[in-house]
Amino acid sequence: MAKKLSPKQMRERRVLLMSAFMGAGVVGCGLLAYLPLHQQWESLLRPPGALAEKDLLASCIKCGQCVQVCPVEAIVLSDGEGGLGIGVPYIDARKQACDFSCDATQCVLACPTGALSHHIDKKEQVNMGVARLARPNACLARQGRGFKGKARGADFDGLHRYSEIDRWNPIKISDHPYDLELCDLCVRECPIEDAISLEPLSEDQAADDKSRTPVVHDKCVGCGMCEMICPVESAAIVIDQNREGPKV
Amino acid sequence: MRGIVQSIKGLLGGAPRKQSQDEFTEAARELHRFKRQPEERKKRIALIREELELPKLSFTHHGFKWRKWRWASITLINMLFVVSFHYDVQLVEGALTASRFVGFHMADLNSALQITLAHKHVVINLVIGAVTVGILWWLVGGRAFCSWACPYHLLSEWAEMAHLWIVGKGWIKGHPLDRRMRTVLYVVFALLALGTGYTVFESISPVGILSRALVYGVGVAMIWVGVLLFIEIFFVRRFWCRYVCPIGMTYGFLGSVAPLVIEYKLEDCLHEGECRQVCLVPHVLEMTKKSRAEDAVLSIGADCTRCGMCIEACPTGALNFKIRGSGGLL
Repeated sequence: MAKKLSPKQMRERRVLLMSAFMGAGVVGCGLLAYLPLHQQWESLLRPPGALAEKDLLASCIKCGQCVQVCPVEAIVLSDGEGGLGIGVPYIDARKQACDFSCDATQCVLACPTGALSHHIDKKEQVNMGVARLARPNACLARQGRGFKGKARGADFDGLHRYSEIDRWNPIKISDHPYDLELCDLCVRECPIEDAISLEPLSEDQAADDKSRTPVVHDKCVGCGMCEMICPVESAAIVIDQNREGPKV
Repeated sequence: MRGIVQSIKGLLGGAPRKQSQDEFTEAARELHRFKRQPEERKKRIALIREELELPKLSFTHHGFKWRKWRWASITLINMLFVVSFHYDVQLVEGALTASRFVGFHMADLNSALQITLAHKHVVINLVIGAVTVGILWWLVGGRAFCSWACPYHLLSEWAEMAHLWIVGKGWIKGHPLDRRMRTVLYVVFALLALGTGYTVFESISPVGILSRALVYGVGVAMIWVGVLLFIEIFFVRRFWCRYVCPIGMTYGFLGSVAPLVIEYKLEDCLHEGECRQVCLVPHVLEMTKKSRAEDAVLSIGADCTRCGMCIEACPTGALNFKIRGSGGLL
């Protein structure tokens, strides 16, 4: 037979049980927010210098100082999207890529915890990911087609620094129309030298066939500029996240 | 020293206990004896009656001066972050978890602790930032962070007003929880950071969420803040601040040895308990109950947020801000 509890003990037990229940609820919600990160449900482009994904998640203090210094506001803090890694920074390259308008690497300097590795100080050392021609059939260059007009339409808010127009300030891509015989936007606007080039589709390609294919080289840092500027919808070229952190 | 140990025990959720006679000072014993005399009791009851005749304080009443200052302080501190980013003033860059104040690193103590546990590295910038912030809040009383800077505290205060109003109407009953819960959660969140290598607490910290929402814009994480406020309005008074928040607890440890405290004078007290009714952490005011103060003058314990509500509520001025060790000059 169970011991009979006095009304006071009953009350205390109720309080204890309710506290345990509420406490478990709070911890449960915390774990729920961690689950998608643990399971790697999403792959996100992290800011330049980001440590390997698991170290970034461990060390990021979610203050957004990297967000504040970025001149093109490429970095945003995750909020539900991005696998609920609430407050952890990422870059949606299609919307606004990192084009090193800051001359590299302000976000790294701003980071108070070294979640963006302080060993990095040149854009060439960045290793956010690598570009990949995801939809080769959509690529204009591969079809030998040119491009005329605004790369992403008139309503696109993305910024890019065109050194030949203004060395110091990025401008709207929609304020910079193109007229190209062969679309080479991904190569033309790439901020890293020798990271991407247009090559013939095959060695025995006819001389009058102007179609070319973008080839990504080792130097690609995954900044996402090509993904942002790619004029076809959705982008023919995309970035695959590097989860391993910087090379240096 | 015994005072500090007691006040940390209270912070960790220890239940108040009845003291034995030898724990009282001679002065306190004398005062308690004096107050127990029948004519003194009568006098006290008459005074309380008289005071209950007076109209209740409204918010505009001068009696709420500390609250007005507090609300202004919370608003100002948080607006500094917002203005710094949106108007590029660069005064305080970042959010409450970590920032640069005109270039100097600042870091929330608890966030820095969580990061260190998760990352298993000591980051020098964080140490500098956390020590700076630690010293600042230590000076003004540890959990003063809660009532003078925390944006969630402000929302929670409004939720508390709503809660008390609804409870006053008799529509719902409050459900106090076990205060040891916060200590358990403190350990659990520390272990989770250590075990998962991710600052699990930061994902659900309404302080970080709100601070980022103010600076960088509102997002879905605000739903969680809404859930917490809902709980506080309809079920548990000050659920987060009283029973969960490890940030408050971290600052509470500082508060146990802080120079700025609220001081209690037994002689002036009518023991009617107005202070305990308004207090966020009423267990720190245990000594205001009849025959419980161990000394004629006492400092309020570590968990006190130095919000000043008890000062405003006390009709006889038995509670006041005080700088410890200033010899009564301040």
